[in-house]
Amino acid sequence: MTSAVGSTSAGAPTRAGGEDRQPPVRPYRKRWGRTAGWLGWLWVLPALSMYGFFVLRPLLTTMQYSLYNWNGIGRAEWVGLDNYLTVVTDSDLLKIISNAFILIVFFSFAPVCLGLLVASLVRRLSAGPFGTVVRTVLFLPQVIPLVAAGIAWTWLLSTDGLVNQILRAVGLGGVTRAWLGEFDTALPSVGVIGTWVMLGLCTILLVTGMSKIDPALYEAARIDGAGPVREFFAVTLPSLRQEIGVCLTVTIIAALASFDIVYISTSGGPGIQTTVPGLEIYRLAFSQRQVGLASALAVVLMVLVLVCVLPIQRLTREEKA
Amino acid sequence: MPDSSTRFSRRRLALLVPALTAGLVMSACSAPGSDQPSSTGSDGPVSTELGTGPISLELYAETGFPLVKALADEFTKQHPNVKFNIREDQFTVITENAPRVLASDNAPDIIRLPTMVDLVKDDLLKNLDPYVAAYGWDKFPASQLVQLRLADGGGVRGSGSLYGLGLGYSVTGVFYNKTLATQVGMAKPPTTIAEFEELLAKAKSAKVQPIMQFNKNTAGINFPHQALQNQFGDPARVSDWIFQKPGATFDTPAALKATQTIQRWAQAGYFPTDANALDYASMVGEFQKGNGLFMFNGDWESGNLDKNMAGNVGFFLFPGEAAGGKHVAMSAPNTFGVGARAKNPDAAAFFLNWAHTDPKAREISVKVGGSHPGGPSDLPLPSVAEGTVLSETLKASQQLGAENGAVDFTANATGGIFAAAITPEMQKLVAGQQTPEGYVKAVQAEYEKELSR
Repeated sequence: MTSAVGSTSAGAPTRAGGEDRQPPVRPYRKRWGRTAGWLGWLWVLPALSMYGFFVLRPLLTTMQYSLYNWNGIGRAEWVGLDNYLTVVTDSDLLKIISNAFILIVFFSFAPVCLGLLVASLVRRLSAGPFGTVVRTVLFLPQVIPLVAAGIAWTWLLSTDGLVNQILRAVGLGGVTRAWLGEFDTALPSVGVIGTWVMLGLCTILLVTGMSKIDPALYEAARIDGAGPVREFFAVTLPSLRQEIGVCLTVTIIAALASFDIVYISTSGGPGIQTTVPGLEIYRLAFSQRQVGLASALAVVLMVLVLVCVLPIQRLTREEKA
Repeated sequence: MPDSSTRFSRRRLALLVPALTAGLVMSACSAPGSDQPSSTGSDGPVSTELGTGPISLELYAETGFPLVKALADEFTKQHPNVKFNIREDQFTVITENAPRVLASDNAPDIIRLPTMVDLVKDDLLKNLDPYVAAYGWDKFPASQLVQLRLADGGGVRGSGSLYGLGLGYSVTGVFYNKTLATQVGMAKPPTTIAEFEELLAKAKSAKVQPIMQFNKNTAGINFPHQALQNQFGDPARVSDWIFQKPGATFDTPAALKATQTIQRWAQAGYFPTDANALDYASMVGEFQKGNGLFMFNGDWESGNLDKNMAGNVGFFLFPGEAAGGKHVAMSAPNTFGVGARAKNPDAAAFFLNWAHTDPKAREISVKVGGSHPGGPSDLPLPSVAEGTVLSETLKASQQLGAENGAVDFTANATGGIFAAAITPEMQKLVAGQQTPEGYVKAVQAEYEKELSR
């Protein structure tokens, strides 16, 4: 918008320059510029009002509620920052927050690393019909609703589920267990479901990114005597900086804000072994009717997401020549 | 370009900061929740006449239980001017929704109530005392309604004004698989806890799963835990704790002994190894498949079990420490209340009274709901086929009523105790991650935390 107004002003002196008369251009231009400015806002208004009403307003009310002790219905009591103090001192809540950080390993790092590996392997196949099939299969977890994925994995990981059946069949009957029901294995098992869900998205993004890399770079690397591994670290990885940034951003947010997979597969149990902030916010607000504390945890979660994601955005930003 | 975008974001930030500050300042001025729905209280005349004008009753019920719909259909058949608009949700969803729904302009006339204390505190439920007098509900056995009474202001439960009635009064105990019982040499239901434990050991050594119990999203092992707790001490102390009587505590020798027993059972492998990963539906499914000698559950499953395990399932009330003692069991009404903002409170009360006293309604309560229909004790019980588990649970319910041994569920003590303490701590206990002492202390600590709010 700014540039459009700028170009008008740049053209105006040329037009008025040769003619000897009062230039009405400036006031006209100014008036039009101002109108255009307001017109621009008018176009943005519907989206902005929706955003304001459904995003900013709830954000502000959440911040407001976080300062009260409130059950959601009765009279609220002003408690200032007490709820935040609870969030950062309550050992259960701290464990719940740490669970989310453990899930980052499964939701983010594992899918990105595996995604890079799989993408490198399927890159060469991406043109043919086989490539389409591979891409579709890999992307499938993204299409399936997370609730359905959660239910299916609950079956797979149950004591007589497919995972344990396979283990028994290959003579590993000793390691079979209720994967989602035991304290040691519940969180990693939830993490594995997350890895499965996120892997497809990461792979597709990375394959797309790889297809944009100039083949000449690979050629040059090969002429310099680089093998596939060297090629990967010297050419592929640096070129995928932005795609990896997007993958990490999306998956880290998914890990920190995870809800559906955990709710379906373990409901946060056993104990609070797999409880994550998203689930706890929901429980505090609706089951335990501590809207204030739930809001404070939500605000803290939002801050944590920003703290984790903003540096990644900065680090992976394309450097301008 | 990056420069101008930074400038722009700074400008935006400069706008956002005062906006946020203004929002927070505004928020400090107007506290949330200040516009309270007005309480209808207990004053004002009430009518026991249904009239002939058209009435539409808003009913909010629990999904998966056909009783309410069956009762509503029968009521409309008998009183064609009354139509029902039934909204159904899962139990947990109702728990979460109830306050908001009751505070809304379109509050239900009749609502399934999971917990009442908070709702009464917030003036969301109608005080039914005027109807008690008008309909003579004071002639119902006192034990039937005790769990639905609340002191003024909604603090202590167990005495005071009436805030609900049950559409059926459930009783819990132990279902058993008759084939497996024969296999382990159980000729008749055990009469003491020691006998019960002997049977568990026999089942274990016969490679029969002794108890099929869920413990995933809600602690199903709280059923056997409370069954034991009720027997090991004075059940009145358990009730006092549930009713939030001042000074009541969960940290009692009875609760500790029950917790120790549960841990012993868990270590002995009497519960499924994956109990913490089993939900309610899976438990019932597994029991029906014949995986488990015993299942601690309530009479609401009677009809289902009669259908799916016809002739192969029995029921008994959990025995005491000594034979021949009085029975004590968790038993609670399938509670329904009337919204404080209900548009047709008189018709709602008429319906609740009808469900307790009309012969056809009582029959539906037993046959569809599987539970005792409640109401005055001089009304006859509908007959059910002998040899069914339904007839056994009904007899158990009568026996419990006669022995005055009904105790509410510990899970109902406060709105959050089940989700916040009992469930996670019980999961830890059976996995050996929590000690029995730690368990009773953790539950009591959460209870005190909730009461202090």
